[in-house]
Amino acid sequence: MSQRLPLRLARDATFRVVATLSAGVALLLLAWILWTLVSRGASSLSTALLVTDTLPPGRGGGLRNAIIGSLIQVGMAVIIATPIGVLAGIFLAELGDRSLLGRVVRFINDVLLSAPSILIGLFVYQILVRPFGGFSGIAGAIALGIIILPVVVRATEDMLRLVPPALREAAFALGAPHWHVVANVTLRGARAGIVTGILLAIARAAGETAPLLFTSLGSLNWSVDLTKPMSSLPVTIYQYAGSPFDEWVGIAWAGALLITLGVLCLNIVSRLLLTLGRGK
Amino acid sequence: MNDISTTGLIAAERKVNVDAVDDGIKILVENLDFFYSGKQALFDINMAFPEKRVTAMIGPSGCGKSTFLRVINRMFDLYPGQKATGRVMMDNQNIVEPQVRAAVVRSRIGMVFQKPTPFPMSIHDNIAYGIKLNERVSRAEINERIEWALTKAALWGEVKDRLHTSAIGLSGGQQQRLCIARTIAVKPEVVLLDEPTSALDPISTAKIEELINELRSEFTIIIVTHNMQQAARVSDKAAFFLLGRLVEFDQTARIFTNPREKSTQDYITGRFG
Repeated sequence: MSQRLPLRLARDATFRVVATLSAGVALLLLAWILWTLVSRGASSLSTALLVTDTLPPGRGGGLRNAIIGSLIQVGMAVIIATPIGVLAGIFLAELGDRSLLGRVVRFINDVLLSAPSILIGLFVYQILVRPFGGFSGIAGAIALGIIILPVVVRATEDMLRLVPPALREAAFALGAPHWHVVANVTLRGARAGIVTGILLAIARAAGETAPLLFTSLGSLNWSVDLTKPMSSLPVTIYQYAGSPFDEWVGIAWAGALLITLGVLCLNIVSRLLLTLGRGK
Repeated sequence: MNDISTTGLIAAERKVNVDAVDDGIKILVENLDFFYSGKQALFDINMAFPEKRVTAMIGPSGCGKSTFLRVINRMFDLYPGQKATGRVMMDNQNIVEPQVRAAVVRSRIGMVFQKPTPFPMSIHDNIAYGIKLNERVSRAEINERIEWALTKAALWGEVKDRLHTSAIGLSGGQQQRLCIARTIAVKPEVVLLDEPTSALDPISTAKIEELINELRSEFTIIIVTHNMQQAARVSDKAAFFLLGRLVEFDQTARIFTNPREKSTQDYITGRFG
């Protein structure tokens, strides 16, 4: 046995080095992306960016309409998708666990979770944009909602399942009806996790471009009319970054930086929520 | 053989006050069978639980004693495929019949679990939860009842200044006493304790046992325990279960000093289980 010890120690050392290096590579890539974003985007970042709309090349301009458009569409998407998602998650975890409907819903949700986002954009284009005669903000919101929905369903179901069965039984043991147990005990226990899931889903939706290309299309004008094409940060970045104008490219970088900062904030908030949720 | 003498002594000391009182019957179990999706777990159980007494259920793991508790308060209803046949009579009503509402049964027969199960809310809200569920009472009455229940559970002194902080911050022993307070706050007639001290340290265990002694005058208590000495210390009667059958049911002192069945003797002296 003893002459095998050096071999085991060497294997241990190799494993450590490889794992540490891999972690380093992942971190380095992330730092690189962030550095590129900051170095290219920071110079175009200004208050003008936040208060001016997109303008034709050569006339400066900002991203106000795109920022507001993104906020509106993502906000609407959350309002549409969260209640459906949370209720569906409750159904899967509490009511239809092993029923046929439950299994079908869970399977479809998993498929939806990994569906390419451009497909979702095309789907909404087919059912909303074409029949109703045009691109619209609401179509964009619904496409983003479909992106968010499966994440919320999954997060809700998983978090509800993490609540110890003894806790549910303890509530039942006091004579509580099922809905009361779910609403006041299990959902409460899972609250921090579910909110985190929703925030991460928002973070994902905020950066989606493909579902918006066929739905809200993007717009260079100020518009908060949900029935008209609506601007958004990712689509504007997509259009600007590929343009031949240095000014537009700069604005695109600044927009990318804005989205990244926003997503970073959401991630930090969700982390905080989780730690607080665990601590109390 | 050493075991039987110490546990027997503990039980014998308390024998006097047990025999002196004439016992009314709170729960009468007749021909009870229980099935987990077709597999039988309890076989023809017949026994009578004396009112305002402590009955201990002992037996090796998997013998059906916890299952039995979960039948009595209809916890098995939560899981499809579990079925009870026979009679569990409380006040002339067979409480395992589906027509009898499980929620009503559970508000009359409270249960405390092996691991403490505080809800993720404040100490105050934990106890108010059950009260509000079952009664329409004013806020003042709720507060009064909370103080009563916490005092009964010997926890009031420790938490009275932090009623509105989260119950998750309490120690394990405090959490378990909180769960007992939450259970008795609903004013049940019967309290089921499923190994209530197995996750606790000796000091907390002693406190819970003291508490059981306090509560015996007001509630009918059924306790499942793996600790023979605990059964001897706290119970008036004891039931020995083996492989889903009730082997022996008698005064605790008798079970621990002079059991009728050889398997009871073997179990309490530690020969198996």
